[in-house]
Amino acid sequence: MGNLLEHMGIEKDRLHFSWISSAEATKFVDVVTKVSEAVNALGPNHKLVKNAG
Amino acid sequence: MNTYTKKIRELASNLLKEGKVDLVIGFKEGTVPMATAPGIARTPEEADGFVWDANCSLNLTNYLTNKKEKIGIIAKGCDSRSIVNHIIENKISRDQLHIIGVPCTGMVDKNKIRGLFEDEITEFKEEGDVIRVKTGAKELTIDKQEYLRGNCRTCMHRNPVIHDDLVAEPVVEQKLADPFKDVKAIEAMDADEKWNHFENLLSGCIRCYACRNACPLCYCPTCFVDEANPQWVGKGQDPTDIRTFHFLRAYHCAGRCTDCGACEDACPMDIKVRDFTRKLVKDSFEIYGWEAGLTLDQRPPLDTFKPEDPDDFIK
Ligand code: SF4
Ligand code: SF4
Repeated sequence: MGNLLEHMGIEKDRLHFSWISSAEATKFVDVVTKVSEAVNALGPNHKLVKNAG
Repeated sequence: MNTYTKKIRELASNLLKEGKVDLVIGFKEGTVPMATAPGIARTPEEADGFVWDANCSLNLTNYLTNKKEKIGIIAKGCDSRSIVNHIIENKISRDQLHIIGVPCTGMVDKNKIRGLFEDEITEFKEEGDVIRVKTGAKELTIDKQEYLRGNCRTCMHRNPVIHDDLVAEPVVEQKLADPFKDVKAIEAMDADEKWNHFENLLSGCIRCYACRNACPLCYCPTCFVDEANPQWVGKGQDPTDIRTFHFLRAYHCAGRCTDCGACEDACPMDIKVRDFTRKLVKDSFEIYGWEAGLTLDQRPPLDTFKPEDPDDFIK
Protein backbone atom coordinates (compact mmCIF):
# COMPACT_ATOMS: atom_id res chain seq x y z
CA MET A 1 0.00 0.00 0.00
CA GLY A 2 2.77 2.37 0.98
CA ASN A 3 4.65 1.39 -2.17
CA LEU A 4 1.70 2.14 -4.43
CA LEU A 5 1.08 5.51 -2.73
CA GLU A 6 4.72 6.34 -3.23
CA HIS A 7 4.46 5.17 -6.83
CA MET A 8 1.75 7.68 -7.54
CA GLY A 9 3.64 10.53 -6.00
CA ILE A 10 2.92 10.63 -2.25
CA GLU A 11 6.28 11.15 -0.53
CA LYS A 12 7.49 8.03 1.25
CA ASP A 13 8.04 9.86 4.54
CA ARG A 14 4.39 10.83 4.85
CA LEU A 15 3.19 7.36 5.64
CA HIS A 16 4.61 5.34 8.48
CA PHE A 17 3.81 1.89 9.77
CA SER A 18 4.58 0.78 13.28
CA TRP A 19 3.60 -1.85 15.80
CA ILE A 20 3.67 -0.62 19.39
CA SER A 21 2.36 -2.48 22.39
CA SER A 22 0.47 -0.52 25.05
CA ALA A 23 3.40 -1.23 27.37
CA GLU A 24 5.95 0.36 25.08
CA ALA A 25 5.61 4.00 26.11
CA THR A 26 9.15 4.97 25.17
CA LYS A 27 8.88 3.35 21.74
CA PHE A 28 5.63 5.26 21.22
CA VAL A 29 7.26 8.58 22.03
CA ASP A 30 10.19 7.68 19.88
CA VAL A 31 8.08 6.77 16.84
CA VAL A 32 5.83 9.82 17.17
CA THR A 33 8.87 12.09 17.36
CA LYS A 34 10.41 10.53 14.27
CA VAL A 35 7.14 10.65 12.34
CA SER A 36 6.57 14.31 13.13
CA GLU A 37 10.14 15.19 12.23
CA ALA A 38 9.88 13.36 8.92
CA VAL A 39 6.54 14.92 8.03
CA ASN A 40 7.61 18.41 9.15
CA ALA A 41 10.64 18.17 6.94
CA LEU A 42 8.36 17.60 3.94
CA GLY A 43 6.15 20.59 4.71
CA PRO A 44 2.42 20.85 4.10
CA ASN A 45 0.77 18.25 1.87
CA HIS A 46 -1.23 19.40 -1.14
CA LYS A 47 -1.85 16.02 -2.73
CA LEU A 48 -5.01 13.97 -2.27
CA VAL A 49 -6.58 16.98 -0.58
CA LYS A 50 -10.16 17.79 -1.45
CA ASN A 51 -11.29 21.35 -0.94
CA ALA A 52 -14.75 21.69 0.49
CA GLY A 53 -17.30 23.56 -1.52
CA MET B 1 -12.07 -19.18 -41.11
CA ASN B 2 -8.86 -19.50 -39.09
CA THR B 3 -7.89 -22.79 -37.41
CA TYR B 4 -8.46 -21.45 -33.90
CA THR B 5 -12.05 -20.45 -34.71
CA LYS B 6 -12.70 -23.80 -36.34
CA LYS B 7 -11.32 -25.75 -33.40
CA ILE B 8 -13.18 -23.62 -30.84
CA ARG B 9 -16.49 -24.19 -32.64
CA GLU B 10 -15.83 -27.90 -32.91
CA LEU B 11 -14.86 -28.35 -29.25
CA ALA B 12 -17.68 -26.16 -27.98
CA SER B 13 -20.28 -27.83 -30.10
CA ASN B 14 -19.13 -31.31 -29.00
CA LEU B 15 -19.25 -30.33 -25.34
CA LEU B 16 -22.83 -29.17 -25.75
CA LYS B 17 -23.84 -32.15 -27.87
CA GLU B 18 -22.46 -34.60 -25.32
CA GLY B 19 -24.14 -32.67 -22.52
CA LYS B 20 -20.83 -32.20 -20.71
CA VAL B 21 -21.64 -28.55 -20.07
CA ASP B 22 -24.81 -26.45 -19.90
CA LEU B 23 -23.30 -23.55 -21.76
CA VAL B 24 -20.10 -22.33 -23.34
CA ILE B 25 -18.81 -18.78 -22.95
CA GLY B 26 -16.78 -17.47 -25.86
CA PHE B 27 -16.46 -14.57 -28.26
CA LYS B 28 -18.86 -13.71 -31.04
CA GLU B 29 -18.50 -11.28 -33.89
CA GLY B 30 -19.15 -7.68 -32.82
CA THR B 31 -21.27 -5.17 -34.70
CA VAL B 32 -18.32 -3.31 -36.24
CA PRO B 33 -14.90 -4.50 -37.46
CA MET B 34 -12.31 -5.04 -34.71
CA ALA B 35 -15.00 -5.62 -32.14
CA THR B 36 -15.87 -8.91 -30.56
CA ALA B 37 -18.56 -9.43 -27.99
CA PRO B 38 -18.71 -12.02 -25.24
CA GLY B 39 -21.28 -14.61 -26.26
CA ILE B 40 -22.96 -17.63 -24.76
CA ALA B 41 -23.88 -20.82 -26.60
CA ARG B 42 -26.40 -23.22 -25.10
CA THR B 43 -26.87 -25.38 -28.20
CA PRO B 44 -24.36 -26.88 -30.66
CA GLU B 45 -25.81 -24.61 -33.38
CA GLU B 46 -25.14 -21.51 -31.32
CA ALA B 47 -21.51 -22.61 -30.94
CA ASP B 48 -21.12 -21.93 -34.66
CA GLY B 49 -21.24 -18.23 -33.87
CA PHE B 50 -17.95 -18.31 -31.96
CA VAL B 51 -14.94 -16.54 -33.44
CA TRP B 52 -11.30 -16.05 -32.58
CA ASP B 53 -8.87 -13.32 -33.61
CA ALA B 54 -6.57 -10.70 -32.12
CA ASN B 55 -9.58 -8.67 -30.95
CA CYS B 56 -10.75 -11.19 -28.34
CA SER B 57 -9.15 -9.13 -25.65
CA LEU B 58 -11.73 -9.12 -22.89
CA ASN B 59 -11.39 -11.60 -20.03
CA LEU B 60 -14.32 -14.03 -19.96
CA THR B 61 -13.57 -15.12 -16.40
CA ASN B 62 -15.62 -12.07 -15.53
CA TYR B 63 -18.76 -14.06 -16.36
CA LEU B 64 -18.00 -17.02 -14.09
CA THR B 65 -18.56 -15.38 -10.73
CA ASN B 66 -20.89 -17.42 -8.52
CA LYS B 67 -22.37 -19.38 -11.44
CA LYS B 68 -24.08 -22.66 -10.63
CA GLU B 69 -24.10 -24.27 -14.10
CA LYS B 70 -21.50 -26.47 -15.71
CA ILE B 71 -19.64 -24.11 -17.97
CA GLY B 72 -17.30 -24.40 -20.91
CA ILE B 73 -15.08 -21.35 -21.27
CA ILE B 74 -12.53 -20.10 -23.77
CA ALA B 75 -9.36 -18.88 -22.10
CA LYS B 76 -6.11 -17.26 -23.21
CA GLY B 77 -3.03 -17.51 -20.99
CA CYS B 78 -3.92 -14.52 -18.82
CA ASP B 79 -7.62 -15.50 -18.66
CA SER B 80 -6.68 -18.97 -17.46
CA ARG B 81 -4.76 -17.38 -14.61
CA SER B 82 -7.83 -15.36 -13.71
CA ILE B 83 -9.81 -18.62 -13.66
CA VAL B 84 -7.26 -20.01 -11.19
CA ASN B 85 -7.84 -16.89 -9.07
CA HIS B 86 -11.58 -17.45 -9.21
CA ILE B 87 -11.22 -21.06 -8.10
CA ILE B 88 -8.88 -20.10 -5.25
CA GLU B 89 -11.27 -17.37 -4.15
CA ASN B 90 -14.22 -19.80 -4.21
CA LYS B 91 -16.10 -17.94 -6.93
CA ILE B 92 -16.45 -21.11 -9.00
CA SER B 93 -15.31 -24.69 -8.56
CA ARG B 94 -12.87 -26.49 -10.83
CA ASP B 95 -15.27 -29.37 -11.54
CA GLN B 96 -17.92 -26.97 -12.84
CA LEU B 97 -15.56 -25.92 -15.59
CA HIS B 98 -14.39 -27.23 -18.89
CA ILE B 99 -11.62 -24.91 -20.00
CA ILE B 100 -10.89 -24.61 -23.69
CA GLY B 101 -7.41 -23.16 -23.64
CA VAL B 102 -6.10 -20.89 -26.38
CA PRO B 103 -2.32 -20.67 -26.80
CA CYS B 104 -2.18 -16.95 -27.43
CA THR B 105 -0.06 -14.95 -29.83
CA GLY B 106 -1.22 -11.63 -28.45
CA MET B 107 -4.12 -9.25 -28.81
CA VAL B 108 -3.86 -5.99 -30.70
CA ASP B 109 -4.03 -2.45 -29.43
CA LYS B 110 -7.17 -1.29 -31.22
CA ASN B 111 -6.63 2.39 -30.56
CA LYS B 112 -3.15 2.26 -32.00
CA ILE B 113 -4.48 0.66 -35.18
CA ARG B 114 -7.38 3.10 -35.41
CA GLY B 115 -4.83 5.88 -35.05
CA LEU B 116 -3.32 4.89 -38.42
CA PHE B 117 -6.43 6.02 -40.23
CA GLU B 118 -8.53 9.11 -40.41
CA ASP B 119 -11.75 7.35 -41.27
CA GLU B 120 -13.64 4.32 -39.95
CA ILE B 121 -12.17 0.87 -40.30
CA THR B 122 -14.36 -1.28 -42.54
CA GLU B 123 -12.41 -4.51 -42.59
CA PHE B 124 -9.90 -6.32 -40.36
CA LYS B 125 -8.27 -9.51 -41.60
CA GLU B 126 -5.69 -11.46 -39.70
CA GLU B 127 -3.44 -14.04 -41.34
CA GLY B 128 -0.84 -15.25 -38.90
CA ASP B 129 1.30 -12.28 -38.03
CA VAL B 130 0.06 -10.18 -40.89
CA ILE B 131 -2.99 -7.99 -40.48
CA ARG B 132 -4.80 -6.25 -43.31
CA VAL B 133 -6.88 -3.29 -42.30
CA LYS B 134 -9.14 -1.41 -44.67
CA THR B 135 -11.05 1.84 -44.51
CA GLY B 136 -12.99 3.68 -47.17
CA ALA B 137 -9.86 5.63 -48.13
CA LYS B 138 -6.99 3.14 -47.87
CA GLU B 139 -5.74 -0.31 -47.04
CA LEU B 140 -2.72 -1.12 -44.87
CA THR B 141 -0.85 -4.31 -44.15
CA ILE B 142 0.69 -4.29 -40.71
CA ASP B 143 2.80 -6.61 -38.58
CA LYS B 144 0.70 -7.85 -35.67
CA GLN B 145 3.64 -8.03 -33.26
CA GLU B 146 4.20 -4.27 -33.72
CA TYR B 147 0.65 -3.50 -32.72
CA LEU B 148 0.26 -5.67 -29.65
CA ARG B 149 -1.38 -4.34 -26.51
CA GLY B 150 0.99 -3.22 -23.76
CA ASN B 151 0.27 -6.24 -21.57
CA CYS B 152 0.70 -8.70 -24.45
CA ARG B 153 4.12 -7.27 -25.15
CA THR B 154 5.31 -8.12 -21.65
CA CYS B 155 3.32 -11.35 -21.23
CA MET B 156 5.28 -14.42 -20.20
CA HIS B 157 2.38 -16.85 -19.87
CA ARG B 158 0.77 -16.99 -23.27
CA ASN B 159 -0.17 -20.62 -22.87
CA PRO B 160 -3.08 -21.38 -20.55
CA VAL B 161 -1.85 -22.60 -17.16
CA ILE B 162 -4.99 -24.68 -16.63
CA HIS B 163 -7.13 -26.27 -19.36
CA ASP B 164 -9.08 -29.34 -20.39
CA ASP B 165 -8.53 -28.87 -24.12
CA LEU B 166 -6.14 -26.81 -26.16
CA VAL B 167 -7.18 -25.44 -29.53
CA ALA B 168 -3.61 -25.67 -30.86
CA GLU B 169 -0.09 -26.69 -29.92
CA PRO B 170 1.42 -24.48 -27.19
CA VAL B 171 3.14 -21.36 -28.47
CA VAL B 172 6.67 -20.33 -27.58
CA GLU B 173 6.75 -18.13 -24.48
CA GLN B 174 8.40 -14.72 -24.80
CA LYS B 175 11.69 -14.21 -23.04
CA LEU B 176 12.15 -10.65 -21.88
CA ALA B 177 15.28 -9.09 -20.57
CA ASP B 178 13.26 -6.73 -18.41
CA PRO B 179 9.49 -7.15 -18.23
CA PHE B 180 9.07 -4.16 -15.89
CA LYS B 181 10.71 -1.39 -17.90
CA ASP B 182 7.50 0.65 -17.89
CA VAL B 183 7.14 0.49 -14.11
CA LYS B 184 10.78 1.37 -13.57
CA ALA B 185 10.41 4.45 -15.75
CA ILE B 186 7.78 5.76 -13.34
CA GLU B 187 9.75 4.67 -10.28
CA ALA B 188 12.68 6.74 -11.50
CA MET B 189 10.64 9.97 -11.31
CA ASP B 190 10.64 12.19 -8.24
CA ALA B 191 7.50 12.51 -6.13
CA ASP B 192 6.06 15.50 -7.98
CA GLU B 193 6.77 14.03 -11.41
CA LYS B 194 5.01 10.84 -10.36
CA TRP B 195 2.10 12.82 -9.07
CA ASN B 196 1.83 14.76 -12.32
CA HIS B 197 2.22 11.63 -14.41
CA PHE B 198 -0.86 10.11 -12.81
CA GLU B 199 -2.67 13.45 -12.79
CA ASN B 200 -2.27 13.63 -16.59
CA LEU B 201 -3.04 9.97 -16.98
CA LEU B 202 -6.38 10.35 -15.22
CA SER B 203 -7.34 13.74 -16.60
CA GLY B 204 -9.71 12.17 -19.13
CA CYS B 205 -11.42 9.77 -16.73
CA ILE B 206 -15.21 10.09 -16.85
CA ARG B 207 -15.77 7.60 -14.01
CA CYS B 208 -17.84 5.26 -16.11
CA TYR B 209 -16.31 2.33 -14.18
CA ALA B 210 -15.88 0.31 -17.37
CA CYS B 211 -12.38 -0.62 -16.17
CA ARG B 212 -13.76 -2.01 -12.94
CA ASN B 213 -16.63 -3.79 -14.66
CA ALA B 214 -14.33 -5.51 -17.14
CA CYS B 215 -12.05 -6.86 -14.43
CA PRO B 216 -12.76 -10.40 -13.25
CA LEU B 217 -11.33 -9.53 -9.85
CA CYS B 218 -13.95 -6.86 -9.18
CA TYR B 219 -16.86 -9.00 -8.10
CA CYS B 220 -17.85 -7.50 -4.73
CA PRO B 221 -21.67 -7.28 -4.49
CA THR B 222 -21.33 -3.60 -3.65
CA CYS B 223 -18.17 -1.91 -4.84
CA PHE B 224 -16.65 0.65 -2.47
CA VAL B 225 -17.29 3.39 -5.04
CA ASP B 226 -21.00 2.60 -5.16
CA GLU B 227 -21.53 2.49 -1.41
CA ALA B 228 -23.55 5.43 -0.12
CA ASN B 229 -23.47 4.76 3.60
CA PRO B 230 -20.69 5.17 4.46
CA GLN B 231 -19.54 6.97 1.36
CA TRP B 232 -15.90 6.00 1.04
CA VAL B 233 -15.19 8.20 -1.95
CA GLY B 234 -16.95 11.20 -3.50
CA LYS B 235 -19.04 10.52 -6.56
CA GLY B 236 -18.08 13.49 -8.68
CA GLN B 237 -15.28 14.56 -10.99
CA ASP B 238 -13.06 16.02 -8.28
CA PRO B 239 -9.51 14.90 -9.14
CA THR B 240 -9.01 13.71 -5.58
CA ASP B 241 -12.00 11.39 -5.86
CA ILE B 242 -10.91 10.12 -9.26
CA ARG B 243 -7.45 9.43 -7.90
CA THR B 244 -8.86 7.70 -4.81
CA PHE B 245 -11.03 5.46 -6.97
CA HIS B 246 -8.11 4.40 -9.15
CA PHE B 247 -5.70 3.95 -6.28
CA LEU B 248 -8.11 1.75 -4.35
CA ARG B 249 -9.38 -0.16 -7.35
CA ALA B 250 -5.79 -1.06 -8.14
CA TYR B 251 -4.92 -1.93 -4.58
CA HIS B 252 -7.85 -4.32 -4.36
CA CYS B 253 -6.15 -6.24 -7.16
CA ALA B 254 -2.78 -6.52 -5.38
CA GLY B 255 -1.36 -10.01 -5.71
CA ARG B 256 -4.39 -10.98 -7.82
CA CYS B 257 -3.97 -9.02 -11.05
CA THR B 258 -2.87 -11.21 -13.95
CA ASP B 259 -2.21 -8.19 -16.17
CA CYS B 260 -4.88 -9.40 -18.60
CA GLY B 261 -5.46 -5.84 -19.81
CA ALA B 262 -9.25 -6.08 -19.87
CA CYS B 263 -9.48 -2.89 -17.80
CA GLU B 264 -7.53 -0.88 -20.35
CA ASP B 265 -9.38 -2.43 -23.25
CA ALA B 266 -12.70 -1.45 -21.79
CA CYS B 267 -11.79 2.18 -21.18
CA PRO B 268 -13.57 4.46 -23.66
CA MET B 269 -11.08 7.24 -22.91
CA ASP B 270 -7.99 5.11 -23.64
CA ILE B 271 -6.56 5.59 -20.16
CA LYS B 272 -3.63 3.35 -19.31
CA VAL B 273 -5.00 2.24 -15.94
CA ARG B 274 -2.45 -0.56 -15.79
CA ASP B 275 0.12 2.06 -14.74
CA PHE B 276 -1.34 1.47 -11.27
CA THR B 277 -1.71 -2.32 -11.28
CA ARG B 278 1.63 -2.97 -12.98
CA LYS B 279 3.40 -1.61 -9.92
CA LEU B 280 1.55 -4.18 -7.81
CA VAL B 281 2.41 -6.97 -10.23
CA LYS B 282 6.07 -5.99 -9.98
CA ASP B 283 6.02 -5.68 -6.19
CA SER B 284 4.26 -9.05 -5.76
CA PHE B 285 6.96 -10.60 -7.87
CA GLU B 286 9.88 -8.87 -6.23
CA ILE B 287 8.70 -9.07 -2.63
CA TYR B 288 6.99 -12.46 -2.60
CA GLY B 289 8.23 -14.12 -5.81
CA TRP B 290 4.55 -14.28 -6.70
CA GLU B 291 2.80 -14.26 -10.06
CA ALA B 292 -0.96 -14.39 -9.71
CA GLY B 293 -2.96 -17.36 -10.90
CA LEU B 294 -0.23 -19.82 -11.74
CA THR B 295 -1.21 -22.56 -9.31
CA LEU B 296 -4.22 -23.90 -7.47
CA ASP B 297 -2.08 -25.13 -4.57
CA GLN B 298 -0.86 -21.90 -3.08
CA ARG B 299 -2.67 -19.05 -1.35
CA PRO B 300 -1.93 -15.56 -2.66
CA PRO B 301 0.64 -13.67 -0.56
CA LEU B 302 -1.79 -11.07 0.76
CA ASP B 303 -4.16 -13.58 2.30
CA THR B 304 -1.54 -15.61 4.16
CA PHE B 305 1.06 -14.90 6.78
CA LYS B 306 4.53 -16.35 6.73
CA PRO B 307 7.13 -15.63 9.39
CA GLU B 308 9.62 -14.84 6.65
CA ASP B 309 7.40 -12.16 5.06
CA PRO B 310 9.47 -8.98 4.76
CA ASP B 311 8.49 -6.46 7.45
CA ASP B 312 11.14 -3.79 7.26
CA PHE B 313 8.49 -1.16 6.48
CA ILE B 314 7.21 -1.53 10.08
CA LYS B 315 9.24 0.72 12.31
S1 SF4 C 1 -12.94 2.95 -17.85
FE1 SF4 C 1 -11.63 4.73 -18.20
S2 SF4 C 1 -13.01 6.53 -18.07
FE2 SF4 C 1 -14.11 4.75 -17.22
S3 SF4 C 1 -13.71 4.87 -14.98
FE3 SF4 C 1 -12.14 3.52 -15.86
S4 SF4 C 1 -10.41 4.87 -16.33
FE4 SF4 C 1 -12.20 6.19 -16.01
S1 SF4 D 1 -6.82 -5.04 -12.98
FE1 SF4 D 1 -6.94 -5.03 -15.24
S2 SF4 D 1 -5.16 -6.27 -15.88
FE2 SF4 D 1 -5.51 -6.73 -13.70
S3 SF4 D 1 -6.83 -8.54 -13.67
FE3 SF4 D 1 -8.19 -6.73 -13.59
S4 SF4 D 1 -8.74 -6.32 -15.71
FE4 SF4 D 1 -6.94 -7.69 -15.74
